Amino acid sequence: MLKINNLHARVEDKEILKGINLTVNAGEVHAIMGPNGSGKSTLAAVIAGKEEFEVTEGEVFLEGENLEDTSPEDRAHKGIFLSFQYPVEIPGVSVTNFMKTAINESRKAKGLEDMPAKDMLKLIREKSEMLEIDRKFLSRSLNEGFSGGEKKRNEIFQMAMLEPKLAILDETDSGLDIDALRIVANGVNKLKSKDNAVIVITHYQRLLEYIVPDFVHVLHNGKIVKSGTKDLALELEEKGYDWLKQETVI
Amino acid sequence: MDLKEKLVSSFLAFENSVDVDHPVHDIRSEAIKNFETKGFPTKKEEAWKYTSLNTLQKIDFSIFPKKESMLEYRDVKKYFLHEIDTFKIVFVDGVYSSFLSETTHDGVDVCLMSSALNKPMYKQIIDVYFNKIASKDDSLTTLNTAFSREGAYIYIPKNKIPKKPIEIVHFSTGNEAALLLQPRNLIIAEENAEMQIIERHQSLTANEVFTNSVTEIFAAKNANVDYYKVQNDLTTSSLIDNTYIDQKDGSVVKVHTFSFGGKLTRNNLNFYQNGERIDSTMKGVTIIEEKQHVDHHTLVHHIQPNCESHQDYKGIYGENSTGVFNGKIIVDKIAQKTNAFQQNNNILVSDKATINTKPQLEIFADDVKCSHGCTIGQLDEEALFYLQSRGIPKKEARALLMYAFANNVLESVRIPELKVRINKLIANKLGVRLGFDL
Repeated sequence: MLKINNLHARVEDKEILKGINLTVNAGEVHAIMGPNGSGKSTLAAVIAGKEEFEVTEGEVFLEGENLEDTSPEDRAHKGIFLSFQYPVEIPGVSVTNFMKTAINESRKAKGLEDMPAKDMLKLIREKSEMLEIDRKFLSRSLNEGFSGGEKKRNEIFQMAMLEPKLAILDETDSGLDIDALRIVANGVNKLKSKDNAVIVITHYQRLLEYIVPDFVHVLHNGKIVKSGTKDLALELEEKGYDWLKQETVI
Repeated sequence: MDLKEKLVSSFLAFENSVDVDHPVHDIRSEAIKNFETKGFPTKKEEAWKYTSLNTLQKIDFSIFPKKESMLEYRDVKKYFLHEIDTFKIVFVDGVYSSFLSETTHDGVDVCLMSSALNKPMYKQIIDVYFNKIASKDDSLTTLNTAFSREGAYIYIPKNKIPKKPIEIVHFSTGNEAALLLQPRNLIIAEENAEMQIIERHQSLTANEVFTNSVTEIFAAKNANVDYYKVQNDLTTSSLIDNTYIDQKDGSVVKVHTFSFGGKLTRNNLNFYQNGERIDSTMKGVTIIEEKQHVDHHTLVHHIQPNCESHQDYKGIYGENSTGVFNGKIIVDKIAQKTNAFQQNNNILVSDKATINTKPQLEIFADDVKCSHGCTIGQLDEEALFYLQSRGIPKKEARALLMYAFANNVLESVRIPELKVRINKLIANKLGVRLGFDL
């Protein structure tokens, strides 16, 4: 599904990713953990194609295709989805209209006609019920005045609507209370299949109790310094990150 | 001969066509004298620092159209809010078109300035209101006053509400190589009266048009007036809109200005709060490109206590376009408990576009709430990335963000069909099909 080779990226003169290697196969869930400033969010943004970051070395492949020079929208059309840590507010554009635009743009890119309004409504109803989203919520302006939890739930709703091959959840658990966390995690679990993959970026182990990873990677100073199974997350929870840093020095 | 000389000498010819014994003619004679002394404003004047009328003055404008033009409704239907029924006061090359208009005298007067000036039954109202709030000093206003003869006349008596919105539409056909138009509107809402007005100036050919318009609006106690200006003209058309609004106790007047096109557009919007508990609202969306120029000069004069004013102007400037916003708020010493808010936010889409924005507050009362803010920026890159990451192409994503930026100004548009129309105009201006009706 996703293969990252020796990825280096920088913003302006600051090198943030310093040689990332990662392979994610279909059907897998990977967690990326690490202290603040280790490069987690940068990795997510680079995979999604954010132009602010310059890839200086290495490659990202999606299903064998090199994504170099591929715009964020084309990456989305190919099946990459990034759930934002801080979703952006778009006044005057309802959640429903936004989703219509996003879905029909993806269809257009694939040479398909717009989705018939009836099918769109059915899809919206189905997915919003799955995430326990109130109908009224869908006619509100996108993210405008949403609580932290509503924003995150809305991100996962968008993910459900777009049915990506590779979903990257960037700190989706931050700002969520336990009920919201459960709803969001359930949503992600329902969307999981043998044909897609999920990368969960998180600071804490909490979310991983609900979305159980097959692999856990620790990112530090722009590199993956340790990989393991879900037990690694528990170890991190217990010991914090300091012991890892020391180990790296040695 | 330059334009000023031509205008001054044309006044004699103009006098042959109007009733010089009417008291209004004394006002006209006074006005032409003022214009003759002052002439057109120059960039040396603070209020005209960023807007030059030099180019316009070099054009040989016809001041009186020579022949009447006929227009077929089907050819100009799209310029009307044809989705709903409206009263219409329509002018073609400055001449009233009874064929395209739908006026009324049924309980309210929606008709012509020329009738109001000529018919004895309106004399009393003309005596009370004509040229009472318009400036006697501003040169362009006095130029219009000097030649005032035609325009819209709307009188809504106490407690009345017209059955439908009123459209004032000015067409120019291009019969003249270059045409100067000076419509003069008088709009009166008596106590508790309400009305909604949509004004539009539309050129139908690429011939030069210069419109110098004056509108006086009187809102009596608790009256409610909604005024929508749709400025989406060709790049050979220039408009100077001078609007003066007199408000009494408890009245609410909202003016929305949608400036989407024209060569040079100058909006002088002046509110005078002659009473208490008044609400004055000014909202504007400007989206221009090429070498277009739009200048909003607003004035709110808080003369009495316990009133509010709200200003919210958004501008999106592309290519080589230029914008100006100057918002003047005067709070008199006795105007305590005034709430005056002003906001002007701008996005420069191109490196070559410019905006000059300036709040101008003169506050003499001590117990007031006044706030002002202006911003100039570019589109938020993070927001753009967010939309792109959802599969929305960059061009559409930019348009969606610009739409979102301008959107809150539209919330207060109270004619749903007009709101839809403006949304479509914005989508067209931004050059996108967004997959849904905005």
